[in-house]
Amino acid sequence: MEPIGTEGVVHDFSRDKQAFGMPWGKAMMWIFLLSDTFIFSCFLVGYMSVRLATTDPWPIPSEVFALSFGGEPIPLILIAIMTFILITSSGTMAMAVNMGYRKDRKKTFWLMVATAALGASFVGMQAFEWTKLIVEEGVRPWGNPMGAAQFGSSFFMITGFHGMHVSAGVIYLLVIANRVRNGFYEKRGGKYEIVEITGLYWHFVDLVWVFIFAFFYLW
Amino acid sequence: MGYVAIADRDHEIEHHDPQTFITKYVWSQDHKVIAIQYAGTAIFVGVIALILSAMMRLQLGFPDTFSFINPENYYQFITMHGMIMVIYLLTALFLGGFGNYLIPLMCGSRDMVFPYLNMLSYWVYLLSVIILLISFFVPGGSTGAGWTLYPPQAILPGTPGVEWGILLMLGSLAVFIVAFTMGGLNYVTTVLQARCRGMTLMRMPLSVWGIFIATILGLLAFPALLVSAIMMLLDKTIATSFFMPAISSMGVDPGHTGGSPILFQHLFWFFGHPEVYIVALPAFGIVSDLLSTHARKNIFGYRMMVWAIIAIGGLSFIVWAHHMYVSGMNPYFGFFFATTTLIIAVPTAIKVYNWVLTLWEGNIHLRVPMLFAIAFIFTFIHGGLTGLFLGNVTIDLPLSDTYFVVAHFHMVMGVSPVLVVFGAIYHWWPKITGRMYNETLGKWHFWMTFLGTYSIYLPMHYLGFAGVPRRYFAMGNTDFLPESAQTLNASITLSALFVAATQILFFVNVFWSLRKGPKADPNPWDATTLEWQTPDTPPKHGNWGHDLPECHRWAYDYSVPGYEDDFIPQNVPADVAPVGRDHGVEH
Repeated sequence: MEPIGTEGVVHDFSRDKQAFGMPWGKAMMWIFLLSDTFIFSCFLVGYMSVRLATTDPWPIPSEVFALSFGGEPIPLILIAIMTFILITSSGTMAMAVNMGYRKDRKKTFWLMVATAALGASFVGMQAFEWTKLIVEEGVRPWGNPMGAAQFGSSFFMITGFHGMHVSAGVIYLLVIANRVRNGFYEKRGGKYEIVEITGLYWHFVDLVWVFIFAFFYLW
Repeated sequence: MGYVAIADRDHEIEHHDPQTFITKYVWSQDHKVIAIQYAGTAIFVGVIALILSAMMRLQLGFPDTFSFINPENYYQFITMHGMIMVIYLLTALFLGGFGNYLIPLMCGSRDMVFPYLNMLSYWVYLLSVIILLISFFVPGGSTGAGWTLYPPQAILPGTPGVEWGILLMLGSLAVFIVAFTMGGLNYVTTVLQARCRGMTLMRMPLSVWGIFIATILGLLAFPALLVSAIMMLLDKTIATSFFMPAISSMGVDPGHTGGSPILFQHLFWFFGHPEVYIVALPAFGIVSDLLSTHARKNIFGYRMMVWAIIAIGGLSFIVWAHHMYVSGMNPYFGFFFATTTLIIAVPTAIKVYNWVLTLWEGNIHLRVPMLFAIAFIFTFIHGGLTGLFLGNVTIDLPLSDTYFVVAHFHMVMGVSPVLVVFGAIYHWWPKITGRMYNETLGKWHFWMTFLGTYSIYLPMHYLGFAGVPRRYFAMGNTDFLPESAQTLNASITLSALFVAATQILFFVNVFWSLRKGPKADPNPWDATTLEWQTPDTPPKHGNWGHDLPECHRWAYDYSVPGYEDDFIPQNVPADVAPVGRDHGVEH
């Protein structure tokens, strides 16, 4: 008889050959993301810590991150659009995973390309936001006219680190999408778990953004 | 949809054995070759760190004698000695070296799950070592900030190596973390997903358990070091103020404002304390296997040993601030961290009792690996007991930054793991090289090292109680210290030089064995674990020939009653030989 309760959980994980019924790559991606979670957590905790420790006043995010349309500043409008785009890209990614398991190579390819395009536009808007902060507002990593120097330091460091993750994800998506298209995986047994593995990474990057958004723009 | 485990696949993945010298020994994807590359590199930098410590001891034992050691050099020696020993030697050797070699062999796998990534891991590690070594030769030399690299002093003028050394150190650490992550993901995934038929988690040898949990700790702790390295690089290069408060340095305002040096300490020790167990847990695991094998007795309390490793690993993440009692933190924090720190003594004591009980009524063979393993129990108990002093806030305050601390951590995470490293090298040497080492030479190496290290570190405790501060270049005129303190320092130096020189015996043994050592039996210790049951010694690429092994019992069927041999290998079926105690799950 199979044990139940806590013992059953231990039983399941400690069975022979493999602890999780999934391919190696997927297990490894989960473990990597766990490690990456600790990187972003350290960044965000570090940011909160310097924000509490600094003696200068913290700039007001809704004013710093406002865009003017026709003379009227709208708080957080750009970041709202960016967040919307990134979350939309998680939707197209999920559809790509679905199509991958249905072995619909064409749809998988185009959905992954769409995801990559949304990701690229996110990075593009981030570049726009950085340029505006640097050129128009005079924000630098070592100081800014609005208040505490740590504002610019942590903003550029954390959004930069996240932006690098998104950029890497875009490249990763395009490489895998191209392999899906040219039949690379057909020669290897026709399995498309790799689309889900890519998706895990992509959803993770989106999820991290939600936290950065909350702690940076809404606090 | 189900995923077919590799042990269940009808057709094995075909193995194209590498043919040329380059693919076989240089750009090798074989976990065994990568393990040897890792170990060789780690031992090479370890020898450099050993020489640095000898230089430090020369200065401390005989101040004003050696004109080639000035205060700047001394701080550089301290820093590089500490950083190399902890990260580039012990972490790399236990996980990159033993982890790579033992995990696939002990789990009955052909290789790591992603051999190419594994190969990259080694070459990136080598890059980090090269960056580290370059820092000896740049203008200003390597950093002298102490291995903890505390800001603000680490990046302000007045500290040696502030020009380039600190940049290269932080860069090298970041590269090392990338290398470790690539290897670590492989080790964890291999243990979880690529074991052979019958190898349940609760049948794995404790060596694998120790390395497995230590790797998980590394994957979760190194991020904090990476983040603090990035932040400090930014503080140094573009004058951000993460860790830097408004400060005047030598009459100049470097332009920082409002940063928090304590934040660095928190991040550093959030990495730094688990790091202690990244080094210790593999040693715990390996020593368990050495004791059991050479005492011809099953490990006492296997299941508790596993849970103790997991508990220690978990607890190691909530004790970090016991390194910061003197930083002026809230007394309630001190209370919390002292409590969690002392709780770690419970699973650790379980392990120590179980090692001793494994020896009890065992059929002990005092071969070289066993001598090192038993010596580990001694040094680890000594280092652990002084940890109880330092874990308590009120006792730590006067002892902080004295030689008592130096003695404590060298005993518990210097000498103890290194003894296990030596024991493990002697133990697996016949499997790795196919040749035996010289037993007599090995025993000389053991006794001189073991007694020598005691004569170094026991007196240091007295120095610490007397109040001798650590990290001082010279004591100068210090009224509160008796003159005998300096005599003791000189004697410690002589012992340290003796122990350092003794290590030549080890290298002589290595080279003698490689050239002239007698051919080794495939299983010279009559051990049960799978790595001794390979068809070839040393194992060939792919480890197992045509068929993967099958595991039928736990790793500790020694001296099972009613069986003619005193050991039953893990791959012997239950209908051929009786099964001793087995925590494996039937399937």
